Amino acid sequence: MQVQTHVDIHSEWGIVAARQAGRKLAREIGFGSVDQARVTTAISELARNIYLYANKGQIHIEEATSSGKRGIKIIATDEGPGIKDVRRVMEDGYTTSGGLGAGLPGVKRLMDEFKIDSEPDEGTTITTVKWLR
Amino acid sequence: MNQQIRELIHVHKSTITDEWMKEVEKFREDDYLQSISDTVYQNTNREFVDMLFNTVGQEGEDVKETISNYTDRLIQLGWPLNYIIRGMQEFRKVAVESLIRNDDQTRDIEFYQEVEDWVDEVVNILVGHYSGSWENTVFLQKMALKELSAPLIPVFDNISVMPLIGTIDTERAKQIMENLLTGVIEHRSQVVLIDITGVPVVDTMVAHHIIQASEAVRLVGAKCILVGIRPEIAQTIVNLGIDLGKFPTKSSLKKGIESALEMTSHQIVEIEE
Repeated sequence: MQVQTHVDIHSEWGIVAARQAGRKLAREIGFGSVDQARVTTAISELARNIYLYANKGQIHIEEATSSGKRGIKIIATDEGPGIKDVRRVMEDGYTTSGGLGAGLPGVKRLMDEFKIDSEPDEGTTITTVKWLR
Repeated sequence: MNQQIRELIHVHKSTITDEWMKEVEKFREDDYLQSISDTVYQNTNREFVDMLFNTVGQEGEDVKETISNYTDRLIQLGWPLNYIIRGMQEFRKVAVESLIRNDDQTRDIEFYQEVEDWVDEVVNILVGHYSGSWENTVFLQKMALKELSAPLIPVFDNISVMPLIGTIDTERAKQIMENLLTGVIEHRSQVVLIDITGVPVVDTMVAHHIIQASEAVRLVGAKCILVGIRPEIAQTIVNLGIDLGKFPTKSSLKKGIESALEMTSHQIVEIEE
């Protein structure tokens, strides 16, 4: 069974809605409280990036299965300005918005799988998965 | 509205009313109006239709006032707007049909336009009133939320606590900063405890705001202690790679207050009997 949730991000309230949806699904899949917090925080970072850099986009949350493993998959898409230098955004402390610069590398550490597809001026899609242990 | 049509509508008042009551009954089921007792439901519908017939004969400001007064009552009773709108649509249909049926000339389009204009005006006033009341509610709640968002409470001489509960967005982060700084000066606090027990998610933005706020507090000569970091939050902060090494943290508000007392050279002692 595949559970899917789709949240549009176009205001700060979208971020709250996305992470509530994520927490709910993570709990249903059976993640413990620490992993629930990790997933929620990751969604929060991704959603905030959409809001901050692309103004609007979508967060897609679904249950993932692979060779008997279960997990939660988060797909964040936007049609914003894209990321010019993907390698640099994955460095800790690199920021273009005056923040901490820990968002994307942080998400990578919070989750198990992490992939960025970004085309300048086309948009960005980030796919990330956390597996249930 | 055309005088002739006005009269015609009044002539057919009872048939229109009966047909309308029958029609609205059909979509009562899919609304939560089911819980309303039959008599209340019937009475309100009848009043509604009477109110509509009253407005047929009135002009301009009078119409507005009649509808406004009635809408206020509907809002108070909690009748959903979509039910009212559907009711109005049904009313238009029934009224036009009954006028056409009982007419020997073919004035269909004329009837339709006249009734349409009149119904539209009533709907506009209804929707305006409803959305006005919603906006008002949202505004009041926003104000109430703002008042709750970032209180600074002086607990001991020179020690204040800011309990944070719920999501921190940009607007609230600004409030936190302002209230912290003005509060620190006002209460002459030396130590401020920021309690994040009730903050569900600490992401980089929230951490960034807290770091900035405590840095600002340091500049006005006070110290910040971050308390109420739950175990799962501690782990995510470490995973995110946020450096909170520069300022003191404690697991609970109680421990925070103990060390704040220490910093201000105070101590709580038990009195021996």
